[in-house]
Amino acid sequence: MVYEFDWSSIPGALPILWDGMAVSLEITLIAIVVGIVWGTLLAMMRLSSIKPLSLFAAGYVNLFRAVPLVMVLLWFFLIVPRFIADLFGLPPNTDLRLASAMIGFALFESAYYSEIIRAGIQSVPKGQMAACQALGMTYGQAMRLVILPQAFRNMVPLLLTQAIILFQDTSLVYVSALADFFGSAYKVGDRDGRLVELLLFAGLVYFVLCFAASMLVKHLQKKYQPA
Amino acid sequence: MIQISHVSKNYGSFDVLKDCSTTVSKGEVIVVCGPSGSGKSTLIKCVNGLEPFQSGEIIVNGTSVGDPKTNLSKLRAHVGMVFQNFELFPHMSITQNLAIAQVKVLGRQQDEAIDKGLKLLDRVGLKAHAHKFPGQLSGGQQQRVAIARALAMDPICMLFDEPTSALDPEMVNEVLDVMTELAQEGMTMMCVTHEMGFAKRVANRVIFMDHGRIVEDDSKEAFFANPRSERAQQFLAKILHH
Ligand SMILES: Nc1ncnc2c1ncn2[C@@H]1O[C@H](COP(=O)(O)OP(=O)(O)O)[C@@H](O)[C@H]1O
Ligand SMILES: [Mg+2]
Repeated sequence: MVYEFDWSSIPGALPILWDGMAVSLEITLIAIVVGIVWGTLLAMMRLSSIKPLSLFAAGYVNLFRAVPLVMVLLWFFLIVPRFIADLFGLPPNTDLRLASAMIGFALFESAYYSEIIRAGIQSVPKGQMAACQALGMTYGQAMRLVILPQAFRNMVPLLLTQAIILFQDTSLVYVSALADFFGSAYKVGDRDGRLVELLLFAGLVYFVLCFAASMLVKHLQKKYQPA
Repeated sequence: MIQISHVSKNYGSFDVLKDCSTTVSKGEVIVVCGPSGSGKSTLIKCVNGLEPFQSGEIIVNGTSVGDPKTNLSKLRAHVGMVFQNFELFPHMSITQNLAIAQVKVLGRQQDEAIDKGLKLLDRVGLKAHAHKFPGQLSGGQQQRVAIARALAMDPICMLFDEPTSALDPEMVNEVLDVMTELAQEGMTMMCVTHEMGFAKRVANRVIFMDHGRIVEDDSKEAFFANPRSERAQQFLAKILHH
């Protein structure tokens, strides 16, 4: 018997899938923003000459890079909602799955971003910091005005590539039964008995989006390649 | 203006500077030379606190550099420094390079800072390049911009660390000319350089370093006529030959 494809449940499912995509993009965006901000701080701590700071950052990065993302998400799914509910005195039935998924992602991705950013900071010649200090700038001013802008310019392709990976990884929030794009596709497929079609369709969407994004990164890379 | 007394510095068991002492008076031009690795850069970077040192004292314009209570940023804002590799900020235009520290460190208004920067850019002969980025200029031009950038801070003295060593030979003179002019205008200068022509033209004194020690510290006349140490004689013979 050959499996007979039946794509008819997809058109009707588009609104649900679209909502799911919105959740995926929301998580991706928050994780990128927090990941870059917190990752930058971690990278600066890691490179700092203050021992406790660099030890903390090294520990943080190594911890998060040594555990699977699914596990981190589960921890956050199981622990954080209660913690937040307690902290803000929210009623126990408040849905915090999205918030905890975002926090989990952001903290996890920060570890990866911080390594990219650390390499970016180190790619700026040491003399630049010396020149800033010789002009009377403080360490903070030198970082903000001179070192980080150059570091980020060198890192744009890597940061974007990491963002693409992150977007794919958001599908892992299915463990918290959160209706992201992948989760929504799965639910619709399960409901209509058309799992294969829905998952193939979802895969195609992921592929098209990520492939297009990585072509864009390649294009940018060529265009802005340092002379 | 600059008093260096008994300064020593080590990296672990390696002594980079051994008991270095010298004085630079207001308006004096001092040339520091010596073989590679003798500690010239380290010494000059100790003067504005870019390198810490373990013992001795450096006083710049009445402020002790090694004192932990000293606000180093404030001191450095008025001690100009020019590096071997120019260290212009590549992501900023020449105008921004000249203005940024004036605005962020000295608190000048943006247009005032740009005005001042452009005047100094004109002085080093590069007014037409104001809107360009460092990568679009030749090495000699970048170094002249770097000098203008330091001058824009109204420095009380200027430190140069081999400002012409990274340059193609045909660009050395354009930088030395700017430095000569500056010296003749009475700027207090401490220059690490192997350009002995420059030393002969404008230096008041020449310091010769070897293995972390100040081996010679003489008037330029005495230094060139008759260096006391054998090392300095050898060094001069080698360098004047080329
Ligand atoms: N961070 C460091 N750690 C260990 N040794 C260093 C360090 N920086 C410089 N040195 C050593 O100190 C010596 C003096 O360096 P430097 O002042 O740059 O010499 P110069 O400018 O005269 O060529 C060199 O032998 C160099 O290898
Ligand atoms: Mg040197």
